[in-house]
Amino acid sequence: MSAPAIELRDVRKSFGPTEIIRGVNLAIPRGERHAVIGPNGAGKTTLFNLISGRFPISSGTITVNGKSTAGLPPQEINRLGLSRSFQITSIFPRMTVFENIRCGLLWSRGYRYSFWHLLGGQKALNAEVDRLLDRLKLGDRRNVQAGLLSYAEQRALEIGITIAGGADIILLDEPTAGMSHSETDAAVELIRGVSEGKTLLMVEHDMSVVFGLADRISVLVYGEVIASDTPAAIRGNAAVQEAYLGTIAA
Amino acid sequence: MSLLRRNWLWLLALVVLLAFPFLFYDWAKGRHSGFALTLMSEIGVMAIFALSFNMLMGQAGLLSFGHAVLFGLGAYCAAHVVNLVKAGTIWLPTELVPLAGGLGGLFFGFVLGWLATKQRATAFAMITMGLGELVSAAALMFMGFFGGEGGITIDRVMDTSLLGVRYTSPWQVYCLVLAWAFIAAALMRLQTQTPLGRMANAARDNFERAQFVGYDPRRIRWIQFTLAGFFAGIGGGLYVLIYEIVTFDTVSAAKSANALLAVYIGGTGAFFGPILGTIVVVLLQSGVSLLSNAWLLYVGVLFIVMVMYAPIGLVGLIGLHAPIWRAGRLRELLLPYLRALPPALMVLLGFVLLVELTSFTTIGAAQGKHFAIAGRTIDTTSPLPWGIALVALGLGALWLRREARAFRLRWDALMEDAKRQAGAS
Repeated sequence: MSAPAIELRDVRKSFGPTEIIRGVNLAIPRGERHAVIGPNGAGKTTLFNLISGRFPISSGTITVNGKSTAGLPPQEINRLGLSRSFQITSIFPRMTVFENIRCGLLWSRGYRYSFWHLLGGQKALNAEVDRLLDRLKLGDRRNVQAGLLSYAEQRALEIGITIAGGADIILLDEPTAGMSHSETDAAVELIRGVSEGKTLLMVEHDMSVVFGLADRISVLVYGEVIASDTPAAIRGNAAVQEAYLGTIAA
Repeated sequence: MSLLRRNWLWLLALVVLLAFPFLFYDWAKGRHSGFALTLMSEIGVMAIFALSFNMLMGQAGLLSFGHAVLFGLGAYCAAHVVNLVKAGTIWLPTELVPLAGGLGGLFFGFVLGWLATKQRATAFAMITMGLGELVSAAALMFMGFFGGEGGITIDRVMDTSLLGVRYTSPWQVYCLVLAWAFIAAALMRLQTQTPLGRMANAARDNFERAQFVGYDPRRIRWIQFTLAGFFAGIGGGLYVLIYEIVTFDTVSAAKSANALLAVYIGGTGAFFGPILGTIVVVLLQSGVSLLSNAWLLYVGVLFIVMVMYAPIGLVGLIGLHAPIWRAGRLRELLLPYLRALPPALMVLLGFVLLVELTSFTTIGAAQGKHFAIAGRTIDTTSPLPWGIALVALGLGALWLRREARAFRLRWDALMEDAKRQAGAS
């Protein structure tokens, strides 16, 4: 049996005296679309930051594709095949849309720190970037400075940078936050498409997005996973109802 | 053919730069002006230096206060290599001496960069400042390598030229400087289009994002720093060939500041910005310093004015005209510019007069010099010149403000039109 794509064992994280993540156990099998939901301040984004190596964990273990991430900086966790997006849009604002995506591709295509390849001449690479831009529906914005894009376009670009390198584990932190209905629908289609055959872990507040996309859902409340199950089971779970969904549904 | 079409600007620049010294050619005696050639060689060297500084500042967002360390150490390495060649220990063509400087810069860039690039932003700037002081101090302590206050002298006539040139005349040296300046500038230009060059931009804009696409921002900074050292070292190697001496002021903070001034004044927005800035700074330094004791003050004031009113630099200011130029209406700005010219000159005149009067009552008097304009000595103690200066400054400023307002209106209207035109097409 192959190792889960992501596995957390008794993961804890404290900031000073405050314990934000309080013993999380979670295993996400390969190919699953998994959503993390929970009230504000439950620690969802912190959990993402721990998995992707932005912060070190206080105790416990995290494995990505079967390898422990203890002590690894973010770039090395990325090289294990895990890529993430950010809740607050994190792109390269002074570079063009095209270049943003290309930056996401360079490492995985083996260019590393090369100063002897001229990027203009890398036809296969540039064609790949253009294909991805079309998929993101950003083709006609190709040469625009990324900082000048509309909010929804920047969010699409953010997802684009995240998936460009072809990582098989994708972490999306509130990909549809702040979007209109139609923009959200487009984003869901995009996410569905790009996560095909990959492991997806996402934090999301929009319940229609969560229930529409996820194979399984984990509910995080005060730094603990109180339930982890299929959408149908989560909907019927009394503890979840009480802790979280009830307050919204009511 | 397409290569020619794409690089016509470079070729044009080369032709102009080769022809330019002939404007100062003394046809009666049949020889070049040594002053003009040395000045232009200095510009060439400093342009390489400023461009290499911009590899850090513009491309990677790293403000270094010690970039001259790499320039100077490259120069020392080149000087020692030349002396070894002269002594017959090793053989190296004169044309490749700058490369020896470059390799020296590369080595020290790698070593010092290891330390400096551990940090970014302010901490990086502080470390480079410390390294600058460290090497400056070392230059006076380690006699063997740095030669103390006297520095290291060389004789550039090595008779090892690949082209059979002896480099006895400034013209021959100038041609070598020009060749290397073009090679170095072209390589630095190409470097901006490599994966490392683009990722340096990316890490400058958002270093955390760069990490999450697989890159170590520190590694990016380190390699970029090392390469910047290589090009700074090439500049250092040429410096040695021009002046045949290298002293500790090549590694000094003042030298580092020169690159910073040139890049700020020229602007980081376009590749050629630092070159433009270098021309301005070197002309002020070498040209105006002959005319005025207060030349450093002019450099400082220019720097402050640029940082305050035009942080985008000279290329940025030129770039602002692009939309109007594309709309084909640049001509309509000619008159507003011409109208602003007299008051601007008046302000400049008033300011310069004031500065010179002040400088002649202090430094000038101490040196026993007299303030003279067009052969007429001016009495710095009489109120008349002071009054003229103040009036020119005051009236000029008022007039300039009026013209500036009119200019602004015209500019805004043209910009609006240009945008509408661009949007419609």
